[in-house]
This record gives sequence, C-alpha cells and structure tokens, in this order.
Amino acid sequence: MISIKNLHKSFGELEVLKGIDLDVEKGQTIVVIGPSGSGKTTFLRCLNILEKPSDGTVEIGGLVADFSKPMSKKQIMAFRKQSAMVFQHYNLFPHMTALDNILEGPLTVQKKDKAEAKKKALALLEKVGLSDKADSYPHQLSGGQQQRVGIARALALEPKVMLFDEPTSALDPELVGEVLQVMKDLAQEGMTMVVVTHEMRFAKGAADEVLFMDAGRIVERGTPAEVFNHPKEERTQRFLNLIQNTDTI
Amino acid sequence: MYLNSIFSNPERLERLGDIAQSSFLPLIEAAVQFTLPLSVISFILGLFLAVVTALARISTVRIFQWIARVYVSIIRGTPLLVQLFILFYGLPTVGVTIDPFPAAVIGFSLNVGAYASEVIRAAILSIPKGQWEAADTIGMSYSQTLRRVILPQASRVSVPPLSNTFISLVKDTSLAALILVTEMFRVAQQIAATNYEFLLLYGQAALIYWIICFLLSLVQGRLENRFDRYVSR
Repeated sequence: MISIKNLHKSFGELEVLKGIDLDVEKGQTIVVIGPSGSGKTTFLRCLNILEKPSDGTVEIGGLVADFSKPMSKKQIMAFRKQSAMVFQHYNLFPHMTALDNILEGPLTVQKKDKAEAKKKALALLEKVGLSDKADSYPHQLSGGQQQRVGIARALALEPKVMLFDEPTSALDPELVGEVLQVMKDLAQEGMTMVVVTHEMRFAKGAADEVLFMDAGRIVERGTPAEVFNHPKEERTQRFLNLIQNTDTI
Repeated sequence: MYLNSIFSNPERLERLGDIAQSSFLPLIEAAVQFTLPLSVISFILGLFLAVVTALARISTVRIFQWIARVYVSIIRGTPLLVQLFILFYGLPTVGVTIDPFPAAVIGFSLNVGAYASEVIRAAILSIPKGQWEAADTIGMSYSQTLRRVILPQASRVSVPPLSNTFISLVKDTSLAALILVTEMFRVAQQIAATNYEFLLLYGQAALIYWIICFLLSLVQGRLENRFDRYVSR
C-alpha cells in the first residue's frame, strides 16, 4: 500500500530525514516512536506533502511521487488524495459545525451529492460516537470529541491510508482513551494507518509494526513485542527506559 | 456671548429655529443622496481592492508584493485631500476629466483599499497555520481555502478595525465638498453662505455625521456578536 524509498528532507542546511525506506502492507498499522527532533512528525507530513521532501520516492495506493523532480500543484493534490491526516491540535474549522467540518471535503472538494454525503457524514459521526454532536461547533466540544471529529473528517475523504500525527498528545489524560479506542477500531477494520504517538499501550495493542526513529533515520523496527521487550539497539533501549520511567512516576 | 445674545433675543431665537428647521431636510437629502452612497460604494470597492492587495502582499510572487507595497505606500504617504485634488483638478491637465462623484468614489476607494489591505493582511496572518494545513489535506485549492476557511475567520477578526475604517470614511466624505460633490457638508456650506449662520449649519452637519456613525457602531456590535457564536469566551 505504501512504498517509500530513500526519502530525504532538509530545512535549509538542516537535514531532518536522512534516507527513509519503508514498505507498508494494506491493512497494516505502523506506529512510529522516537525522541522529539527525531524527524518522525516531518516523516509523516512528507507522506501528505505538507512538507515537500527533498529527494526520494513515495508510492501510496499505486500512485508514485518522485521528489527528485519538481511536482505540479495538480500532481501534489492528486497524491494527497491517497491519504488523510489527523493533527495533534485537531485543526478543525472553528466556524463550522462538526457535521460541516466532515462535509467540507466531500462537498467542496469532491463535489459529491449533498444528501448522500450527509448520510455518510452522519454515519461517520456515529462511528466515532458523536451522533448527538452534529450541530456543535468545535469550541463546544472537549478535546477528545474534537479529535474524534478530526478523525471522522479525515475518514470522509475515503483515503487509502490514514496518517496520525501525535493525535492524543494535546489531550487531557482522561480523554486519551476515547480517541485511542476509535483508532483501534479502525485498525481492526483493516484501515492502513501510520501513527506517530507516544502511547505505548496503543502501540502494543494495535500496531503490526513499531518503528523507532532517531536523528532522521529508522534505527530499529519490528513487532511491538520485539521492539518493546527486546530492543536490539542501545538508543532504542535508552529511549524506552526514559518513557517507561516517566510512566511510573 | 453668542449664546447670551441668542437667549436674550427672542426674535433671533425664532430665526435660528426656522433656519434649523428649513435646512434640516436638505442636509438629510444630501446625506442620503451623496454622503451615504459615496461611503457605501467606496467601501465596497475599497474592500475588494483591499483583499486583492492583501493577497498580493502575502503571495510568494515578488512582483505582486512590490506592486501592493508601492500602492499602499503612495496612498498612505500622501494626504487624502491632495489625492482628491490630483484626481479632479490635476488629471484634466493631461486630458482626463472625471466628474465630481466618480472622482470622489475613485479617490476614497483607493484610500480604503490601501488602509484596509493592512487590516486584512494582519487578519489573514492571524489565522493559525494549522487551518491552511487542514484545508490542504482535505484537498482544497488555494482559492477554496481562502473562500471557505481563511477569509470567513479573518473577517471575524477584521470587524472592529474595518468598522473604524468605514466610520472614518463616512466623515472623510466631507472632503468631497472641495471637489464639488454636493454631499452634506457642501450643502451646509451653501446654506450658511446665504444666511451666515455658520455655527448652526456646521453644528447640524456634525450632529448628522455623529448620528450616522453612532448607528454604524451599533451595526458593528451586532456583527461582532454574530461572528462570536463560534468562538468560546
């Protein structure tokens, strides 16, 4: 479903991604962990071309983007359609209701039939457990509810891949569970997902594979059990120790 | 002294009352016929110009940025009255003759365009980057993003400063008197020239300006309330 080869990204002099190679099968859930500054968020944003990679190729759902060559706006937009992004800070449109947020993509961009799109949007709201919030504005919703609307908004685009950029790190602890549950359900339904997160429980429970990134490279990869219980690399061990220590504090 | 002489002289008081009464209607007429249309038309054209200028300023195309900068700099750096005089008295020298009202509309629109462009530019820049990104991932084009996401939010932020611009504009239209537009202030001048009651006539004009601006500030409050329904307080 996803095939990434030699992905590079520099901001000026600073090279943030130093050659990422990764293949993701259809229906897999990949969790990306790593210290801040490791490039994991940049990596995810490159897949949706929110950051334009400096070099390398990415194939998603049969469409290839070659970043060694310049891309037209049309090409970028076509490539973006393959995936949908869920943001750390939700980024809902504050002047639209939850329902209108979800409808924006299908109606404004994809020009779908209004009645049909609305039916689907309401079904998505139900899926994320917010049927009763269709007419609420984002500021009337809790962080967890806003993020679930964010997930529904991304799903409404019918992407082949869902990208999650630290979807729970802006949430109060008691609201994290409701968002993770929605994500777990999605993973079980066979959605292909790439998730940048610090939630080890989610990684253990839902990930097919865990990637540990540091300094712009994938340092270690494997099943959650392999990476969490028997990390091979010293850097991975150090990172996991740090995280687990804060967990017990 | 003036007030003393008015109240000690019943005849004069009566005369002032008569003049006030008879001049009220022409002043209101001039306001409705010229002051208000001049303000509204110039504001709408100016806003359009302002959005275009603001977008040019934030665009990545250098030449657009520079055209916008030069335009804003010229308009903000020269007096409005001088601009009006150039349009109305200056241009005929090079063969371009414009009637008073259209000349005034052009002058005021250019003015609003320059000042409001800075307001709108700031408002657009105040919208978090995440909103652009969310629109990007949904697949929106630049113009869809502006129309559906950025400008609706930016217009909420712009209501107070743009209300300022509009209220200033209403009062500035009095300058059109000097390029022969028979708006309210010019009518006041004309009436005063016949009866020499300058304080009364200019006072009346001031009162009507104030009433218009007061009503506008009420509209501003309403607009702010309407936009506020989607932000938490």
